[in-house]
Amino acid sequence: MKLRDSLLALLVGLGLWQAIVVLTDAPHFILPSPARVAEAAYQSRVLIAQNAWVTAVEVFLGLVIGTALGVATAIQLALSRTAERLMLPILVFTQAVPVFALAPLLTLWFGYGMASKIVMAVLIIYFPVTSAFHDGLTRVDRGVRDLARTMDAGTWRFMRHVQIPSALPSLGSGLKLAAVYAPIGAVIGEWVGASRGLGYLMLLANGRAKIDLMFASLIVLACLTVMLHLLVGRLAARLTLYAQGRAAD
Amino acid sequence: MSAPGISLEGQHSIGGLPLFDAELMIPAARWTCLLGRSGVGKSTILRLILGLETGGVFTGRIAATDGAALTGRITYMAQSDLLLPWLTVRENVCIGARLRGERVDVARASALLDRVGLGPHAGKRPPALSGGMRQRAALARTLFEDRPVVLLDEPFSALDAGTRADMQELAAALLQGRTVLLVTHDPAEAARLGHGIVVMSAQGMTAWPAPRSATPRPVSDAEALDCQTRLLDHLRHPRAAA
Repeated sequence: MKLRDSLLALLVGLGLWQAIVVLTDAPHFILPSPARVAEAAYQSRVLIAQNAWVTAVEVFLGLVIGTALGVATAIQLALSRTAERLMLPILVFTQAVPVFALAPLLTLWFGYGMASKIVMAVLIIYFPVTSAFHDGLTRVDRGVRDLARTMDAGTWRFMRHVQIPSALPSLGSGLKLAAVYAPIGAVIGEWVGASRGLGYLMLLANGRAKIDLMFASLIVLACLTVMLHLLVGRLAARLTLYAQGRAAD
Repeated sequence: MSAPGISLEGQHSIGGLPLFDAELMIPAARWTCLLGRSGVGKSTILRLILGLETGGVFTGRIAATDGAALTGRITYMAQSDLLLPWLTVRENVCIGARLRGERVDVARASALLDRVGLGPHAGKRPPALSGGMRQRAALARTLFEDRPVVLLDEPFSALDAGTRADMQELAAALLQGRTVLLVTHDPAEAARLGHGIVVMSAQGMTAWPAPRSATPRPVSDAEALDCQTRLLDHLRHPRAAA
């Protein structure tokens, strides 16, 4: 996604929004105009920034921890046939439980603070990261595998020098999915029970009929997610270039 | 390093159905070319000797003529260069040492790259090289393994004619003194490089008289050309006598 395209899309969106407000003559507590939302955002900038920071930290930590766990699991699965046989069905089965349904339970266990939201984000990205990376690790070219066998390669050394580098593009795809899911996890956690964060602020604003503040929070959340998506997209592209031997030295 | 010969005798079957009977003698320190049409099982023979998965069952005997185990004494080079794109050419050459957890002898890798004419390109990554250069890097990697037995699975077949002839000469020079099995479908290659030629067909394996001149034979060598013509005839019409 190019920056120019993004800005253009944003302008078109704002235009449409303003047009709907004018055409439907909706009251501002149902659909505030962009200008009104901008004003609310400016007036509550400190409040929004404080809560956006909380959500950003939750998403970031969720991403880091979820990725670390996913990468470790994928490597373990690829190293051991037994682990693969036993754990893969369990992993797939856990995906049948909607993570949203777990949110109240996680709040009960981990409290109203950041921890429950981070766990939420971790849970929601764990599977896509594990699954994508595991796919990459097990899809190493058969010829390379054979060559390594004739070279008496150790299992772990083969993992380290061949499987992991060649699976980096797959990890990148998993990370791109994770970057989309992680904010969803964190915000759902905040909806269920929190005293800080953009999700909390949105509920709070909604309850007090401050729809303009709610929209402002929503837009900041969307901006955070888009920025994260762009950053992770860049990282994924670098991983792919590296694995293809085309990275700039 | 004294190179042993290899003998292979037995039957290969898949799902209880016999695919082929094999009886192959690969003399020590010589080039043996295993020639046959695609799909006849040449690469399977090579995989059997390497101890790799073939998808079938082999009953019989594969042994070195000196009686010692073959493990750790064979290396191979495939049609695809199998270079790891994220490593430099030099790092690719020593990948075997890394995979075994041995100390990496960078100086030896550089010397081998000089010998295959890739010295100036040692720090580049494989995508920056041409097909012929990549196959030379693969040859350097094979030499780095420094094993007495080298199995070559159509390593030159994807190269253009000129590059292929160059590579054949380079490989013949650098692999001298080792026991080499070259699997190929190209009669010209077998006639240029083989001290011995074995033709493999659905009916079995037939030893074929190779030219007696020194290898690699010049492209214009009359005896090699004659051998090549008769091999091609035989491949196309298997009943014609040698």
